[in-house]
Amino acid sequence: MTTYYTKDHEWIRVEGDTGTVGITTYAAGQLGDVVYVELPETGAKFARGDDFAVVESVKAASDVYAPVSGSVLEVNSALTEAPEKVNEAAQGDAWFVRVKLADAGELSGLMDEATYTAFCEGL
Amino acid sequence: MRYLPLTPEDRASMLATIGAKSADDFYTDVPKAARLKAKIAGLPDHQGELAVERHMTRLAAKNRAASAGPFFVGAGAYKHHVPATVDMIIQRSEFLTTYTPYQPEIAQGTLQTLFEFQTQVAALTAMDVANASMYDGSTACAEAAVMAARVTKRKKVILSGGLHSHYAAATRLLCEAQGLTVVQLPVSIDGEGELAKSVDGETACVIGQSPNVFGTVTDLSGVANAAHDKGALLVSVFTEVVSLGLITPPGEMGADIAAGEGQSIGNGLNFGGPYVGLFACKDKLVRQMPGRLCGETVDADGHRGFVLTLSTREQHIRRDKATSNICTNSGLCALAFTSHMTLLGGKGLKQLAELNHEAACELADALGAMKGVEILTPHFFNEFAFRTPVDAEAVLAMLDEAGVVGGVRASRLFPGDHLGDVIIAAATECTTADDIAAYVAALKEII
Repeated sequence: MTTYYTKDHEWIRVEGDTGTVGITTYAAGQLGDVVYVELPETGAKFARGDDFAVVESVKAASDVYAPVSGSVLEVNSALTEAPEKVNEAAQGDAWFVRVKLADAGELSGLMDEATYTAFCEGL
Repeated sequence: MRYLPLTPEDRASMLATIGAKSADDFYTDVPKAARLKAKIAGLPDHQGELAVERHMTRLAAKNRAASAGPFFVGAGAYKHHVPATVDMIIQRSEFLTTYTPYQPEIAQGTLQTLFEFQTQVAALTAMDVANASMYDGSTACAEAAVMAARVTKRKKVILSGGLHSHYAAATRLLCEAQGLTVVQLPVSIDGEGELAKSVDGETACVIGQSPNVFGTVTDLSGVANAAHDKGALLVSVFTEVVSLGLITPPGEMGADIAAGEGQSIGNGLNFGGPYVGLFACKDKLVRQMPGRLCGETVDADGHRGFVLTLSTREQHIRRDKATSNICTNSGLCALAFTSHMTLLGGKGLKQLAELNHEAACELADALGAMKGVEILTPHFFNEFAFRTPVDAEAVLAMLDEAGVVGGVRASRLFPGDHLGDVIIAAATECTTADDIAAYVAALKEII
């Protein structure tokens, strides 16, 4: 089980050919209090870089981009009722979707934890 | 008072500073072919204030005020009585600059009025939530269509044959620019039922109107069921908001979005605009709603206050992903609406609606009793369509000579649809027995 990160502050935790996707703790902190999360439907297909969800805070509404291509296996519908979870556990309980990876090769274009931490420190 | 504040010396100094010879130099980027070669023939030069006033007075004298005689025009704009109290309220200095505020929370009075407005619109339409108004009924209808496409992620919009043609045109314009397909059902006086059959699995929404452009009051709940069965939305449109004092509101018919015109309450005919679009929807769709939305909250000390809410839907924050490019509302018209609606109350609105319906029934009885006249609208509120034995355009012109503004010819709204002998006429609380008698007497001379 490995976690990868994007420059747009999404994370994906990969197990076999499925991945769990969310936004990073850094992103949640930048957004401020999250008040709404718009999630895709199960079965929806996305290419890498497509916007697949919207996260809305008291300050802004931001698109969430697919770190890799794939199709949605499951969405975290708990976020609809309790969007504040994104602030409490961005990289834990507050995952957005589980996806079936279309091409595991795309993962090599993402950052590992150490690289992402350094990336955030440079921002 | 001077209204051109710059002296020739000011201009010369400014031009010298930026190195231009004349103001014409600013337009060198405009291609020569697009520029005027000479003065426009027949366009007079500037004139003194006295001469302009004299000219404008002469032009204004060509208008005939709706209140100058018997007046039966409806079809989207209705002549109702606006109590003097409404004008008194909207001209108060506290409201004089009423406008959608950019630093909103400083204008608590304006926000409270908008909140009351939304509450009234939601109650009238029996929907969960209403916005702070749109430009007018037609743009509200168009916004409802693109909202339905966002909600359903589908691209097909079906328009009833009873939808006002101007509403249909505005909807087509906005939808087609966004890559949506608009299907227009054939024009029909009593065909809202056809909408139910037209829904398929690709339909984002069906747009029905009740009372429709011919005045027909229709139960759209069957259409709502048909739409929901296929995962589509029902947009329920109205042009005459006073009708909601008597007829079943959109929400009770299962509509997902209600869109309509609010001019009839508190607002005059205003030469066709500015008007006030009413827009309401179900709670679960609120994040896809266009327009400004005012919310009630409490401040740090626990006192009741008002804020603009869910602004993250809007263009100034969400940019190209905004739910709409409308960043404003019809503030003054909405204020007039709310002022009048507050004076009326629920009971007053019902009484007003009854007066309208009674006047229309009397008109229909009087016209329908005439030889050669056929009332075409089966169930109506305050307007209906009727057939004359003579061409409608000619009839209306002759009525006009007799001092009666007899209505709108259907062929003006639906050219080429073989409605040349059909007139749409409206009656309101302003219509008197004498007005109706004058209509009958004048029409008797014509047909």
